[in-house]
Amino acid sequence: MPDPVAVIASATPDPIARKVRGLSDRAIAWLFVAPTIFLLLAINIFPLIWTVRLSFTNYRANRPNEEVEWVGLRNYIRILTDDGIWANMQTTAHFLFWTLFFQVLLGFTLAWLINRKFKGNDLLTTLIVLPMMLSPAVVGNFWTFLYQPQIGLVNYMVELLTGTPASSFSMLGAGGYAKWSIIIVDTWMWTPFVMLICLAGLRSIPDYIYEAAEIDRASKWRQFWTITIPMVLPFLMLAVLFRGIENFKMFDMVVLLTGGGPGNETLLASIDLKREAFEKWRTGYSSAYAIILFVTVFGLASIYVKALNKVKER
Amino acid sequence: MKARLLAATSAAALSVAGMASAQENELTLCWAAWDPANALVELSKDFETQSGIKMNFEFVPWPNFADRMLNELNSGGQLCDLLIGDSQWIGGSAENGHYVKLNDFFDAEGISMDDFAPATVRAYSTWPKGEPNYYALPAMGDANGWFYRKDWFARPEIQAEFKEKYGRDLAEPKTQKELLEIAQFFQGREIDGQTVYGASIFTERGSEGITMGATGALYAWGFKYENTPGKYDMEGAVNSPEAVEALEFYKELYKTATPPGYDNAYMEQSLDAFKSGQVAMAMNWFAFFPGLYADPNTGGDKIDFFVNPAQNVAASTLGGQGISVVSYTDNMDGALAYIKWFAQPDVQKKWWSMGGYSCHKAVLEDPDFVNTAPFAGDFLEAMGGVQDFWQEPAYASLLLAMQERLHNYVVADQGTAQEALDGLIADWTEVFEDEGKL
Repeated sequence: MPDPVAVIASATPDPIARKVRGLSDRAIAWLFVAPTIFLLLAINIFPLIWTVRLSFTNYRANRPNEEVEWVGLRNYIRILTDDGIWANMQTTAHFLFWTLFFQVLLGFTLAWLINRKFKGNDLLTTLIVLPMMLSPAVVGNFWTFLYQPQIGLVNYMVELLTGTPASSFSMLGAGGYAKWSIIIVDTWMWTPFVMLICLAGLRSIPDYIYEAAEIDRASKWRQFWTITIPMVLPFLMLAVLFRGIENFKMFDMVVLLTGGGPGNETLLASIDLKREAFEKWRTGYSSAYAIILFVTVFGLASIYVKALNKVKER
Repeated sequence: MKARLLAATSAAALSVAGMASAQENELTLCWAAWDPANALVELSKDFETQSGIKMNFEFVPWPNFADRMLNELNSGGQLCDLLIGDSQWIGGSAENGHYVKLNDFFDAEGISMDDFAPATVRAYSTWPKGEPNYYALPAMGDANGWFYRKDWFARPEIQAEFKEKYGRDLAEPKTQKELLEIAQFFQGREIDGQTVYGASIFTERGSEGITMGATGALYAWGFKYENTPGKYDMEGAVNSPEAVEALEFYKELYKTATPPGYDNAYMEQSLDAFKSGQVAMAMNWFAFFPGLYADPNTGGDKIDFFVNPAQNVAASTLGGQGISVVSYTDNMDGALAYIKWFAQPDVQKKWWSMGGYSCHKAVLEDPDFVNTAPFAGDFLEAMGGVQDFWQEPAYASLLLAMQERLHNYVVADQGTAQEALDGLIADWTEVFEDEGKL
């Protein structure tokens, strides 16, 4: 049988073969990596640097003929002293905290229950993960119907359980419910994701650890706190990291559900940023806004990853 | 090998030439996706026959129309040769060079703006406002009007109950306050075993909905954007006592006389509420009225129309658009030929007969015009008193600020009407300062 390497080598055209033969392993490695690095620079790094540059100007992308002025830190100062933007940040933080809280709580609980052996386990797992397979656009649209006061299932259930007339309140309208409505939808959609990661964590714990604990007469409660939780924690933290980053830039689903309303009640920072950038066309200002959001996410994520690594080392 | 290369090169050259030739014989017209756009497709078949130019159409649903088209213009895109864009875009599109200035073309082709209704020329064609610099031909006159369930209004038991309660006949409202009373009268009423509601109004947050709805009340109370036109002196105009009263009225209308859950409603939702028999009255653009009248369930004898009721003054919110030639077109001659064709009185008459709202005097001043449709008279009346939002290049910033302030007050129950309008002045002042106009 001919050597496959020799076959490939013989198939390589002579001029190329001559050039490659003269290169070191390191140079060849660079040759392979170069296209990826180039794409990364072109698609990620260059736009980032360009955004930083624009953030110090009054540039508007819809007015290419206007003179662009260097405005120093003015955009940053305006953003950081704008009460409206701080309110949007608080709305984002509220959304972020409660979605993570509920998704971790429910996701872990579901994973813990699913991890037991019972008939129909696989079918139930498949059914539970269905919501996360749907498009956010679809989810936003059908939850709008579910929340509709006259025909929506949610209001009907509330009426059934509490006696409050279904059409007397609007989950997506006024009354302080809108913030919670979007949290419910996101939790419904993404709890299965957290559950899957937790399930992976739970299934990675070797049985012999529990068996050793049993021999030591450790109670189920003690096993849970001293074995299950510590060993699942890195997985759980990873899930929180993924969901946290995703929800910080949540846009599509909330736009479809509430459009940021009523008033500004569900106006997340990402929605506000999009309006500044692509509706008002304040490109310089919105670049500064984007950089502030980027630094916030990047900073928080870095701290979090350090904590995650410490947990993994333990 | 050489022969093969030659053949491939020739084929490529032929295909490029073919594409160029196809581009010369094709036009793409961009507009919103709604009933009049379908009528325009039919109308344009005459143009295709006469000119030999194939027409393509790019229609975008209203909620995304501004985003999609303004992105297209701002990026210098060549998707659209012709654009029927909103009236508010004209300032920005003129100043940023997106639209072709049509004065020389109009002069050369004998197209006179005097042949079109003055309010539509000012709103849809000129920049700066009222100056004889034309960037569009008035294409689709429109205003925000009302329609109602004539069959419900005519029921003797409802008539009697209304008269007993308000001491007058139940009829089309003549004032905004009468409209509120009628809407409240129907709110929660049982009709044919179904709970119905007063009126469906615009409350949408994301694009322009609540502004277009609330200005119907604001204009009727005498709201002005400036004390002196062109001076941007808004204090005392935007937040006048009349404006505050009008905004309080709109909130009361929303809170006491609209269907539950209509807290983010615009054109589609208004139509749905009416067609599903939920509401006695609804506001919407005249453009939808032909379709509403033709509706088999709620149209015909069951529907009638009225112009936005006056309160202190007779006024309606302006809709509608002009048709512009996009500067980035690669078929300028074809695009101008379409404008020339569209401006002809005969074409304008056919446009109206097919469901488009012509702005041409040959149509509007025809003595028989008011008899051509049940809403034709109301349309004429409305167009006589239309008022439009700012048409400044920064109109989007001005609009988003108003959307936010109005939605916060009317729907989200935050603050007072006075605070909302005071805040609006602060927002607009900031925008005009950024623009160097203050």
